[in-house]
Amino acid sequence: MSLLECKHVNYSYHTMSGETHALSDVSFQVNDGEFTVIVGPSGCGKSTLLSLICSLNEPESGSILLNGRPVNAHTDFHIGYMPQKDQLFEWRNVYGNITLGLEIQHRLTRENLEFTEKLMREYGLWDFRHVKPSQLSGGMRQRAALIRTLVLRPSLLLLDEPFSALDYQTRLTVSDDIYRIIKREHKTAILVTHDLAEAVSMADTVIVLSSRPATVVAKVPIHFSIEERTPMKSRNAPEFKEYFNAIWKELNAYVPET
Amino acid sequence: MSPKHKQELTAEYISPRQKAYLSAKLRHKRFVQISRVLLLLAFLSLWETATRKNWIDGFIFSSPSRIFNTFSTMLEDSTIFEHVGATLLETVASFFLVVICGLLFAILLWCSEKLSEILEPYLVVLNSLPKSALAPLLIVWLGANRNTIIVAGMSVAIFGTILNLYTGFREVSKDKMKLIYTLGGNRYHVLTKVVLPSTVPATISIMKVNIGLCLVGVVIGEFIGARCGLGYLIIYGSQVLSCVHIKINLTSPLKMA
Repeated sequence: MSLLECKHVNYSYHTMSGETHALSDVSFQVNDGEFTVIVGPSGCGKSTLLSLICSLNEPESGSILLNGRPVNAHTDFHIGYMPQKDQLFEWRNVYGNITLGLEIQHRLTRENLEFTEKLMREYGLWDFRHVKPSQLSGGMRQRAALIRTLVLRPSLLLLDEPFSALDYQTRLTVSDDIYRIIKREHKTAILVTHDLAEAVSMADTVIVLSSRPATVVAKVPIHFSIEERTPMKSRNAPEFKEYFNAIWKELNAYVPET
Repeated sequence: MSPKHKQELTAEYISPRQKAYLSAKLRHKRFVQISRVLLLLAFLSLWETATRKNWIDGFIFSSPSRIFNTFSTMLEDSTIFEHVGATLLETVASFFLVVICGLLFAILLWCSEKLSEILEPYLVVLNSLPKSALAPLLIVWLGANRNTIIVAGMSVAIFGTILNLYTGFREVSKDKMKLIYTLGGNRYHVLTKVVLPSTVPATISIMKVNIGLCLVGVVIGEFIGARCGLGYLIIYGSQVLSCVHIKINLTSPLKMA
């Protein structure tokens, strides 16, 4: 059974200057343990889709089901969201930032704090727990932001272009790092990006969206003939270029003529 | 030699060029400090000689020595403490009331966007009001007592505080607020975990301005409706034509600030 199901989702923005149809009949599924990447031209409504999934907004029509129930019907925490920039709070130390979600949800139990410590030790943040976020490197900040959601034990992780603020080199190493952590913790994840290479290198399935109003134009399952796959290794896999070109074609086919 | 020792040595070693740079900096700093003091002394002595030689009228302009004498008599019969204490107390009281009321009102505006939109023009108008003109009205409304003076002090600072605090609250990044929602929080959490902590530096700088504004308001209030305090002393001095008194009192707020 699939963990997340989007069925015929429609969504429009309303502003004083008019109505913008952002999502049109978007349907897809995400299986448990799968790493799904959604690509599409910039401004096509990818981030909107994520805010619908974590029920910040409600779809105008259609439904989004998590474990067979509508996402907004879940009363406890199930969907973790990693924002575009790390959004660590400078007035809290690293530990305070990571436990922010637990604090808000009144879940600062001993068990959860032990889990937090375990994660922070495992991923090298425990020694930095008392420092301010500004003293961390870009990569460590992203790690901290990821662990901030992981301590809440979400069944689904949403990543909204989490590497877009980093320079190219850091971006490669950090995406490797984040990928490894997500796989090691056996998390299901949906990542949104406009970077095709990043998509192919990380995804089990790539979902291609058209430009606005966004709709699903292709679902491409990715299989590499390499062992112990990481994003970095995937980039050198023989099939990488093929997948890249195939998705490139799908994307361009739906860019409006100018 | 252990590595630790080596490190300490390198940390303490200063090259001759660095030494020269540091001592030049130090000389510069001293020069500035000494010049400041000398400037003050030159001004005071010029003033003193000018009155002694009758270049200017000592009755109107007073002189440093007369001010000092009056000040020491007031110190001896300790009237000055009473007045300074009164003004200080009123200023501090009005300052804290401004902080509390300002914060509460700004939070209220932040909680209700509708309310803030409705009230904004009124706040701007109230803020641009000449507050010293309010003091006589306040005396008529509230009577000539200490509360009136505290309210006068508040009236100078409160509207600007609310406006500035609210602007600070509004500038909090939308993405940070969104993060709170995705972590399962609500608007209350946005306020306590993001809005208030992120505006602490702005709030502190607003408060620094406020303590001065409150003092101005309190002195204005005392001009009109008080029997003690620095404002009262200034008015008293002008009525008995003692410029000496006024000058003392003009410098007292400076010291307090």
